[in-house]
Amino acid sequence: MKTIAIAFLAAALPGLAAADVIVTAPWARASILVSRPGAAYLTLTSDTGDRLIAVKTPAADRAMLHGTETDADGVSRMAHIEALDLSPGETVTLAPGGMHLMLMGLAAKLEEGASFPLILRFESAGEVAVDVPVLGVAATGPEGEE
Amino acid sequence: MTSSNLSMSILRRSLRVLAGAATLGVGSVLLWQARAPQDLPAPLVTGEAAITNAYTLTDHTGRTVTADSFAGQWQLVFFGFTHCPDICPTTLGYMAQVMDLLGPDAEQVTPIFVTVDPARDTPDVMAAYVEAFHPRMVGLSGTEAQVAEAAANFRVWYERSEDATAPDGYTVAHAGHIYVMAPDGGFVDVWLEGDAPADAFAANLASLIQSTGNSS
Repeated sequence: MKTIAIAFLAAALPGLAAADVIVTAPWARASILVSRPGAAYLTLTSDTGDRLIAVKTPAADRAMLHGTETDADGVSRMAHIEALDLSPGETVTLAPGGMHLMLMGLAAKLEEGASFPLILRFESAGEVAVDVPVLGVAATGPEGEE
Repeated sequence: MTSSNLSMSILRRSLRVLAGAATLGVGSVLLWQARAPQDLPAPLVTGEAAITNAYTLTDHTGRTVTADSFAGQWQLVFFGFTHCPDICPTTLGYMAQVMDLLGPDAEQVTPIFVTVDPARDTPDVMAAYVEAFHPRMVGLSGTEAQVAEAAANFRVWYERSEDATAPDGYTVAHAGHIYVMAPDGGFVDVWLEGDAPADAFAANLASLIQSTGNSS
């Protein structure tokens, strides 16, 4: 229902000023083999509330939002998240063991020290581009947090 | 074996986790039996005794190894797969960090990464992975039946599930525990990345290593 309501509003009010989504602390892990999917992480905040509906990058054929769910028995499963709702003022952090952007079909290995552009598309804010630094294979958080 | 309060509380929690896993695992045990050869061990019930350090696998250098190949070493055993972009590198990085924190004691520890996806994780792939994480890390692969037997012996649950959005159309759900095995091959306890900082895990291991002396 919420989906429909937001989609309807967006369609009905095309002239509405685009709301801002702040994307901070993006990072990705270096890849070991180009044939294996990569993972990128970042933090999202929207003052007015928004919805992440698509992600793309020239670094990979496809980028998808995945959630890792670890149950009480320590069993982890990945689930594809079609769209991510951002509540007004709430900060959503993608981090290891939680949500990640899975990068499939890498154009090249993600090399530590390099960076790549990532384009996030939001329902209201439209496209937001960020530059994602590639950290080490064992990195657990963005630069300066370890 | 002496254990600190921390390791006892983790052990108690682990046993509860294992009891839950055993309950959940009925379906997957049946699944293994349905597709694996008859020489699988009989399913055990639950608890510490149910975890057996037994397998025949191929290491990342192409050598056939059994659990006895690592006798005399403390072993950290983790089951995962290389198409897993989040939990697996996070856990392997955690194991590497624990190794680094151990300092000279790390010489008495072998971290072991066993794939649950041997079709794609050949010894060459495993070599690339373990070398990227830690010089002492060993990567183990094998046939589907060998991996199923190893996982069954460790009571590790995993299941291949079809997923059109995943590379090659499937992914593997798996338990993410790190098993601590003693130099005699016996099960000690189990840790989960995210439950304890690496220094707590390393301190616990260091006290275990001290308790048995520098025998190896």
